Amino acid sequence: MASKAKAAAATRQQVEDFLYEEAALLDAWRLDDWLELLTDDAVYNVPSNDRPDGDSRDTLFIIADDIRRIRARVTRLKDKSAHAEYPPSRTRRMISNVRIVERNGAALNVEASFIVHRFRRNEGIRAYVGHYRYELRLEGKQLKIARREAVIDSMELGSLASVSFIL
Amino acid sequence: MMHDRPLVVNEPEAMRFQVRRSTLMDPGILELERRRIFDVCWIYVGHESEVRAPGDFKTRIVCDRPVIFCRDGGNRVRVFLNTCRHRGSIVCREPEGNAKSHTCFYHGWSYNRDGELDGVPGQDAFPPSFRKSDFSLKEPPHVASYRGFVFLNFDPGAMPLEQYLAGAKEYIDLIVDQSPSGQMEVIQGVQDYDIRANWKLLTENSFDDYHLLSVHGSWLTYLRNSGVEMKRPERGHLLPGHGVGKVLGNGHGCTDNVNFRGRPVARWIPIYGEAARPEIERIRAELVARLGEERASRVADTNRNLLVFPNLFLNDGSSVTIRTYYPLAPDRMRVLAWALGPKEESPTARAVRLDSFLTFYGPGGFATPDDIEVLESLQSGLGTHREVPWMEVTRGMAKEGEQLNTDEPHLRGFWIQWDKLMRTPRNGE
Repeated sequence: MASKAKAAAATRQQVEDFLYEEAALLDAWRLDDWLELLTDDAVYNVPSNDRPDGDSRDTLFIIADDIRRIRARVTRLKDKSAHAEYPPSRTRRMISNVRIVERNGAALNVEASFIVHRFRRNEGIRAYVGHYRYELRLEGKQLKIARREAVIDSMELGSLASVSFIL
Repeated sequence: MMHDRPLVVNEPEAMRFQVRRSTLMDPGILELERRRIFDVCWIYVGHESEVRAPGDFKTRIVCDRPVIFCRDGGNRVRVFLNTCRHRGSIVCREPEGNAKSHTCFYHGWSYNRDGELDGVPGQDAFPPSFRKSDFSLKEPPHVASYRGFVFLNFDPGAMPLEQYLAGAKEYIDLIVDQSPSGQMEVIQGVQDYDIRANWKLLTENSFDDYHLLSVHGSWLTYLRNSGVEMKRPERGHLLPGHGVGKVLGNGHGCTDNVNFRGRPVARWIPIYGEAARPEIERIRAELVARLGEERASRVADTNRNLLVFPNLFLNDGSSVTIRTYYPLAPDRMRVLAWALGPKEESPTARAVRLDSFLTFYGPGGFATPDDIEVLESLQSGLGTHREVPWMEVTRGMAKEGEQLNTDEPHLRGFWIQWDKLMRTPRNGE
C-alpha cells in the first residue's frame, strides 16, 4: 500500500524527470537500458493516423507490441540487418506539456507532447509530432512504464514514411 | 520529350532481359505512364465493405483524381469525381462518413447521395436552358467490382474487368475462400505513407522473393527466435519452403509459396501464443468441411503475393493486406495499405490476424521499413543511370518449365506489359 501512496503522490516534476531520462536513453540508442524502464507486461503502441483512439485488437495499427515484441524489436534494432535503422538514425526528442491526467491507485496516467526529429544521411529532416499517453506504475521505488502510446498528429504518415525506431 | 529506346530489352533466345534505369526517374516517362498505363488499366478504388450503408462514403485520390467512393441511395457502390460541376471545387472534404448530401462550400451547390445536383442557390439567375439534371457529379467511364474489390477505369473503350483480371481471379478467389460466407471485409485503420522511390520499384519489391534473405534477415531471425521451425532450403532454393513465380496475363503475376511463416487462416505458429491454437484449429476444420481437404490446404498452407497490374497487391501471407500506390513524382509514391479479414471472424481471431499483420507488414512492422529503406536507397543509386543504364532481370530465364518465387518470371511479366502499353499511343496523342 505504501507504493500506491507514493505513485499517487508523484509530482509532475518527478514524472518529467522520468520522461526526460527515457528520451535521453532512446536518443542515445541505449535500448537495453530503456527496456529496464518497462514493466514485464508493458505495451507499446503507435495507432494508425486515421484511428488515433483505436483499439489494436480490432483496428490496424502501425505498431502494437506486447512486451515480447518490444524486446524482439530491440533485438532487431541492434541487428545490422535491420537496414532501416542501420546505420542508426540520429534522433532528438523534445517533450513538453507534461500532464498527470489521472491517478489510479499505483498507476498514473500521463500525457505529454513530443517532437522527435529524425536525421538520416543524405536525407531531409523528418519531424514526428504528436503526443504520448503513458501509464506509469511504481515498482519498488522506481517508476516504470506499463503502457506507452505514441500518437502521431499528422493526418497520414506521408513523408515520415516509417516508424522504424522507437518513437 | 525524346526517350532513349528501347526501354525494355526482351530477347529470350539471347537470355537477355534488361530495363532502362531512366524509366525510374524520368519525368517524361511518368507523364506517359499517366496516360498510357493509369488511364487505360483498371485501377483499384476500395472494397465494398468500406461503404456498408446508403450514404456511407470515403474520399480518396485515385490516379490524381479526387473521388468520392460511396454507397448511393439504392445501395449501389458508386464512384464520383469529387469536383463541383459549377467551378471545380472539392465537393466533399471529409475523409469518411455518412451523408444524405454533399454541399460544395464555394457557392453552395449540393448533390444528393446518388450524385444528382439538387440544390442551386439563386437558380433563377441562370439562363432558362440551365437544367440541374445536366450537372450531376461526373463518374469515371467504368466502375466494376470483383468479389468485393472495386475498380475504376478512365478509358471508355476498356475491356470488362473480369476479362482484364484474367488469371488473377483465381488468386482473388483463394483469398475470399477464407470467409465461410464468401465475404471479406476491410478492417479499420489505414497505413498511409510515402516512399521516396519510383512506384514501379514497389511493384517489383512486393513480389520479389529473391530479396527476402538479404533484406529481411532480421525478420527471419525474429521468427526463429520465436520458435518458428524453418527447414534448410532444398537444393536450388534460397528459402525454407518451395515457391513459384507465375505470370497471370495482362501484366498480373504472383508468387505462390508453400507457407513457412504462419497464417491467421489455419496455420498456427508459436508467435500467436498457445491460447490462439484451438481457434486456429477450428478455423482449419471449418475450411476442410466447407472446401474439402485439398482446397483447404491450398487456402491455408500456401501464401501468395498477387499483383493486379499495375499498382495493386493483395498479399496473402502473415495476414492479408491490400496495398495500392500511386506515383506522386518520378521519385516519390504514396502507399495505402489495409488489413482484410473474413467478415464473420471472432474478436479473438481478428486480434491474432492484426497482430500477425504487424509482425511483417507496415511502416512499423519488422520487414516493411527495410523494404522502404532499400527502395529509397535504390532510387538514390539512379543518379548514375547514364554510366550504368540497365537493370538486369534475368533470374530463372534459362530454366525450362517452372520458375521459382526467387526467380523473376512474374517481374518480367510486369515489365513486358508495361513496355507494351508504353509503346501504345492513346487516342488524341
